[in-house]
Amino acid sequence: MTTTEHQAAAVDTETRTITLRVNGRDVSRTVETRTTLADFLRDDLDLVSVHLGCEHGVCGCCTILLDGESVRSCLMLAVQARGHEIETVESLSADQNALHPIQEAFAEEQGLQCGFCTPAMVLRCKEIIEDGKARTDDEVRHEISGILCRCTGYQNIVNAVQNASRKLGGKEAGA
Amino acid sequence: MTTTQEPTVNAPAKPTAGYKYIGTDRKRVEDPRLLVGRGNYIADMKVQGLLHAAILRSPVPHARIDSIDTSEALKIPGVVAVLTGEDCKAHMNPCMNFGPPTIAQYPIAVDKVRYVGEAVAVVVAESRYIAEDGVDVLDVEFSDLPLVTDPKAALEPGAAPLHEEHGSNLAYERTFEFGDIAAAMADADLVVSDTLHWGRSAGMPMETSGAIARPGNNGVLEVYCNSLNFSYLQFLVAGALKIPSNKLKMQPVAAGGSFGSKFTAHKVPTLTAFLALRTGRPVSYVEDRLDHLMNSDHHASDRYYEARMGFTKDGMITGLDIDVLDDYGAYLQFGTGTHGNALSQLTGPYRFRNARYALRAALTNKCQQGAYRGFGSEVHNWVLERLVDQAATKLGLAPEDIRRRNFILPEEFPYKIPGGNLYDSGNYPAVLDKALGMIDIEHWRKEKARLREEEGRHIGIGIATTQERSVFSSTEFWFWFDEPAFPITSSPESATITIDPAGAFQLQLHCQAMWGNSPETVATTVLAEEFGVEPETVNVSYADTSRALPGTGPGGSRFTVMVAGAVRGASRKLKKKLIDIAAHSLEVSADDLELVDGQVQVVGAPERSLGIPELAGSAYFFALNLPPGMESGLEESHTYDHPYTTLPAADRSDLGVFYPIMGHACHIAVLEVDPDTGQTSFLDYVAVHDAGTVVNPKSLGGHVTGGAAQGLGSTLYEELVYDAEGQFKSSTFLDYLVPTANEVPPFRIGHVETPSPYTEFGIKGGGEGGRMVTPSVVSSAIDDALAEYGMHVQQLPVKPADIVATVQNARAGQ
Repeated sequence: MTTTEHQAAAVDTETRTITLRVNGRDVSRTVETRTTLADFLRDDLDLVSVHLGCEHGVCGCCTILLDGESVRSCLMLAVQARGHEIETVESLSADQNALHPIQEAFAEEQGLQCGFCTPAMVLRCKEIIEDGKARTDDEVRHEISGILCRCTGYQNIVNAVQNASRKLGGKEAGA
Repeated sequence: MTTTQEPTVNAPAKPTAGYKYIGTDRKRVEDPRLLVGRGNYIADMKVQGLLHAAILRSPVPHARIDSIDTSEALKIPGVVAVLTGEDCKAHMNPCMNFGPPTIAQYPIAVDKVRYVGEAVAVVVAESRYIAEDGVDVLDVEFSDLPLVTDPKAALEPGAAPLHEEHGSNLAYERTFEFGDIAAAMADADLVVSDTLHWGRSAGMPMETSGAIARPGNNGVLEVYCNSLNFSYLQFLVAGALKIPSNKLKMQPVAAGGSFGSKFTAHKVPTLTAFLALRTGRPVSYVEDRLDHLMNSDHHASDRYYEARMGFTKDGMITGLDIDVLDDYGAYLQFGTGTHGNALSQLTGPYRFRNARYALRAALTNKCQQGAYRGFGSEVHNWVLERLVDQAATKLGLAPEDIRRRNFILPEEFPYKIPGGNLYDSGNYPAVLDKALGMIDIEHWRKEKARLREEEGRHIGIGIATTQERSVFSSTEFWFWFDEPAFPITSSPESATITIDPAGAFQLQLHCQAMWGNSPETVATTVLAEEFGVEPETVNVSYADTSRALPGTGPGGSRFTVMVAGAVRGASRKLKKKLIDIAAHSLEVSADDLELVDGQVQVVGAPERSLGIPELAGSAYFFALNLPPGMESGLEESHTYDHPYTTLPAADRSDLGVFYPIMGHACHIAVLEVDPDTGQTSFLDYVAVHDAGTVVNPKSLGGHVTGGAAQGLGSTLYEELVYDAEGQFKSSTFLDYLVPTANEVPPFRIGHVETPSPYTEFGIKGGGEGGRMVTPSVVSSAIDDALAEYGMHVQQLPVKPADIVATVQNARAGQ
């Protein structure tokens, strides 16, 4: 006979109040300590561009920028982000009629199909251009390899990063 | 009954020279919303009072469920309900099923579990966190049953039956023979044979399946879901739920990828609807990755082949003899339609007349099988190309030469293959020549020899030429059975075009369509071609099933062809109305008017014209200006049926025309293999596809590339593994390896355009793209690179350890 494991019904509902800066705006919320940063951004702040593809830190679809560096928001708790600065893709542009140059580059190169990994890819693109790590196609491939895309086969994403680098023309590029 | 009738419906006008919108690289109209993170996926929907579900999944592969104790879960604040198979048995019918009725399936296991991961109980709570707390404290007692994981063992006498009512684990068996296979093999100068295994992978979109169900007004249950493409299958969900079909409203929601995995994925919407009915409250269920990996509606093909092919000494194919055992897992929702796909291109691009196809479908303690990009035809392509490669080597022919000798030639179309399907058109030598020219094959052959000699490196060159059937007809789902229960012949697509009172365009589609393909881009491009308005100005929406006209959705590379037919048909009707209104207003004959760039004008006198906004104003607000008897308004719909399908013969000596819009592709890969580590890397790769008239080259190239990346995954990386004890070993993305940007090479894409004579604009499907070819070409290149070690790929995925073992064995024997 097989039985499922029985655990005690101890539900953690402890809460904390956190203050952080999200897309250039200070926010303060009370959250359960077990809430992931991804769920906090999606459910409490309506930033649904943060997509959950695996919730175990591999697919990278929930990537955000924390103090300018990409992190997987499914692997962090919201309370760990207290006092930090977070950017989601809405920080580039949330206006479909006025895209940021990086978003525009993705549209021109068709660097997306279903759009599910796209906000993560766009943010990673911004980061690696700013860090001067988008010099060759091979380098771009390496730098985006932490985010899975199931649609494009990546080539058009690589093209989009290169296009975005040209659009930004060194204003933001370079280490 | 005739099986060779000429198409009588939907025969298109001959393509006119030069389109304004079709055939150019245009930006996709779907992209702006996706780029700002507003894809409106199912998990993004907020609904007042929404409850969330989490599922306890079976830890055992085959067992009776003795008891489920829900008491601790129900004590947790916020847990609303716990439902089990007992609730399904009491209040539901089995789910929709296109296989034998003796293999019934419910969204929660009833009485026993049949694979690791099957749903055992569902906790509904105020948040997903609390629902998962509830799952953690459920107590279930199982009595383990003997299990079967090997499909051959499953069919042996005494094997534990998965479905007692079905009698055995042989879900289905049938042999088709066309021509005379015994004579073909007897007459052959060379018969090659192979034992092959195509391993289990899956579409694995980045977004999982999900649904929200909400009790609405007037007793209507509203279901929002990202799966289940057939708007005309909604009544089957209603049947499972035991509610009238007009009390179930299903609204398609854009999906973050499907690749087949959301094709008629009924479990999630059916279960969520059931939870909402039982609790009387809105409920969301979105699979997490573990749910999706182990219990998505379906994994993909898992086939064992004994295959033979006969050749003359000149390399001409005489016949193909296939025995295939398919490990279908615990259920058979789709019947054996994935083999119907194989039969649609049974002979590949080659001209031979004798073929035998013997199929056995086995039931085992694994997740069931279903659709994945290619729907089983990609597996057949691989088997065919494995055999042709082997013959080329044995006959001393170059791989391109043996293929070229056997090609069906451009002047032979339309060409009816053994079995009955028809290939509409093609130019296979042109595709091969383009690919050979793009890669400079002679250069690489010299390089291969030089690098082996001077640097000790192992380079392989692979060539594969394959069919890409498109636009399925639904006869392929039932011609397997002599007395099918529901021999459906429709697979339509619909569109509704409305010009509003201000002259702006609304376009409504009638299916689940946005899965990462470009349905809105394609449909607005066709509309633009018809009316001369810019595609980006057209607003697109999707009908829910309370409103939807017949629609079948994406699948089998059908959508571009079918939606183009639907939009063009609706456009013709609406253009006629615009011209009739203009003729009445301008007091000229309708025959003297034409619609150019968004205005109706007199032929030869374009200054006498009326713009669409003026005509729309008349249509909505000035009934007295309309021709006598004309109704107010500007809206037309069109339902486009399959352009060319015929019935199978009663004795199945001919299966009829069921997949006639035939694309073609040639891929050539140059691959380096490290014999000591088994690592592979690409030095070059070209992919040339012929999908008829191309609507948007960049988008089609994206599909070819994405499909090739998935094919690479199925060939080298991805495997859904069950061990001998039936345990599932691929339950995270650390175990199931989706290729990253480091693994996928740049594919160089080429297009050849051989228009279809049967479709609007001559379009053929191309959505399944590279996955139809990559497994063949990569297998071929690996064999070529390590020919000196006797490398011969017989099993996918080919893992580095397999390569190293072959090399070490060969070295040990030297």
